[in-house]
Amino acid sequence: MTDTAPTHAPKMTKLPLSERLKPWLPVLLVPVLIVLGFALIPSPSSWLTLTVSGLAMGMMIFVIASGMTLVFGLMDVINFGHGAFISFGAFVGTTVLLALASMTGAPSLMLNLLAVALAVLAAMAVTGALGWGFERVIVRPVYGSHLKQILVTMGGLIVAEQLIYVIWGGQEIVIARPETLKGAITFAGAALEKYRLVAVGVGLIVFLSLRAVLRRTKLGLIVRAGVENPEMVQALGYNITRVFVGVFVAGSALAGLGGVMWALYQEIITAHMGNEIMILVFIVVIIGGLGSVEGCFIGALTVGLVQNYAAFLEPKLALISNIALMVAILMWRPMGMVPVVKAK
Amino acid sequence: MSDPILRLTGVKTDIAQYHILHGVDFEVPRGGVTMLLGRNGAGKTTTLRTIMGLWKPHAGEIRLDGAPIQGLSPAQIARRGIGFVPEDMGIFSDLTVEENIRLAALDGHPIPERLDWIFGAFPALRTFWKSAAGTLSGGQKQMLSVARAVVEDRELYLIDEPSKGLAPAIVATLARALKDLKNRGASILMVEQNFSLARALGDHVAVMDDGRIVWTGAMAELAGDTGLQERLMGLKMEQA
Repeated sequence: MTDTAPTHAPKMTKLPLSERLKPWLPVLLVPVLIVLGFALIPSPSSWLTLTVSGLAMGMMIFVIASGMTLVFGLMDVINFGHGAFISFGAFVGTTVLLALASMTGAPSLMLNLLAVALAVLAAMAVTGALGWGFERVIVRPVYGSHLKQILVTMGGLIVAEQLIYVIWGGQEIVIARPETLKGAITFAGAALEKYRLVAVGVGLIVFLSLRAVLRRTKLGLIVRAGVENPEMVQALGYNITRVFVGVFVAGSALAGLGGVMWALYQEIITAHMGNEIMILVFIVVIIGGLGSVEGCFIGALTVGLVQNYAAFLEPKLALISNIALMVAILMWRPMGMVPVVKAK
Repeated sequence: MSDPILRLTGVKTDIAQYHILHGVDFEVPRGGVTMLLGRNGAGKTTTLRTIMGLWKPHAGEIRLDGAPIQGLSPAQIARRGIGFVPEDMGIFSDLTVEENIRLAALDGHPIPERLDWIFGAFPALRTFWKSAAGTLSGGQKQMLSVARAVVEDRELYLIDEPSKGLAPAIVATLARALKDLKNRGASILMVEQNFSLARALGDHVAVMDDGRIVWTGAMAELAGDTGLQERLMGLKMEQA
């Protein structure tokens, strides 16, 4: 053996601009879409309205899907029951909002926001607890078997929907937005719904908070490492099972928050509303890159914008726009926009 | 002689329907490097993974510092004081070098003196401190894997084929670092196919074949007896 010190540093050659831009291309997708929308939509005010609607819708889908993508990335669990947490969140949140009708009906922003915050907290607490039970009873026995996961989590979804019928009855429930969140503001000739602006803000806060936790905390480090190689995380001394449960509970609670946001967006809730949104959620999780929060965020905004622009430009196309988007993105990036490295 | 740091007694491990370990018995003395040698498929990696708790033994006993650890989770075993360098290095590619190291320090803050030692042994890790670990070369990844295991003081280090697939110059760097670790009093159980490296580092040897220990002794004894090497491992070992 030689005793001379080796030179470890690889020779770095500067990559061409196109290569250096490649990892950033998905990030550019949203602004490119917005510019494209501006070019295709004849009226700037319509474009602005549609863009805010698309971003609001995208943010709500992101809030719902972010938990699911982490659950899939970290635990390799395909949870078809995620929709149940959306519905439960919506029903619990709506129940609280209806009980606080005096606060939601008051023309006071503070009181309205306080009522919504209480509804969100209740929904997240209930769906988080449900998620804990769901993981222990339904998911834990089928770790490692995707086929069984699909079957039992779909079974769990059906049971949860039936529970909603038992508790709240079979009728859909109408829920009005709080007084100060009704209506729209006019900006540059465009009518922008107040609630959609709030949804954009909430989505942004959730994204930045999740990113901060994942990038700046020890827990985030463990989760990111666990997504890639859970076995090695254990061998470093961390109880990955506890992290799994924590992520599942957090993901379920986020779905509950998304459920409340979606309920106030649609102003009507049904037991199977979660199940209906799940198609969009699956598209977002897949095109984002399974397990990637950043990919999920970009994917959700892309889906929201494409759906809104397509519905305006060619309503018939709107029905297939998201499937077409998924096909196009997977042809471009088969592992999703921000693929997550997984240990073999 | 002091008590061994690790003792395996009758350890049997199955993976799916395959019986891999058929009753492994050996001891790792406190301080120094014990080499676990043997042909491919003899059960060396399975033995390390069984000690680490990544595969559960269905029979036998594993004692670390006198206390049984079989049946504990890998996390509990790691916290009892075992550092592990797996065969595939187990690097987190999406994390930076710094984050990989920080994760290995259980309180999130590597001991500064230990970090200095790591940077002295593996200067490349300082150079690429803020780079994603996935962008490192194979040798640098192996250095990171070893650095991650030694970032905190451990009772015992399990190191699985650190020289696998690496250029001789990189192997020399690793060998120097491991020798220094040994000189600081560390106890190491290492699987290695490169007999030159095994001979350079090893104090004690346990040879495996077909899921059992077939020979234990001093490295000096095995290194000086080519006939024994050939009989135990079926290979003509190169002579230094």
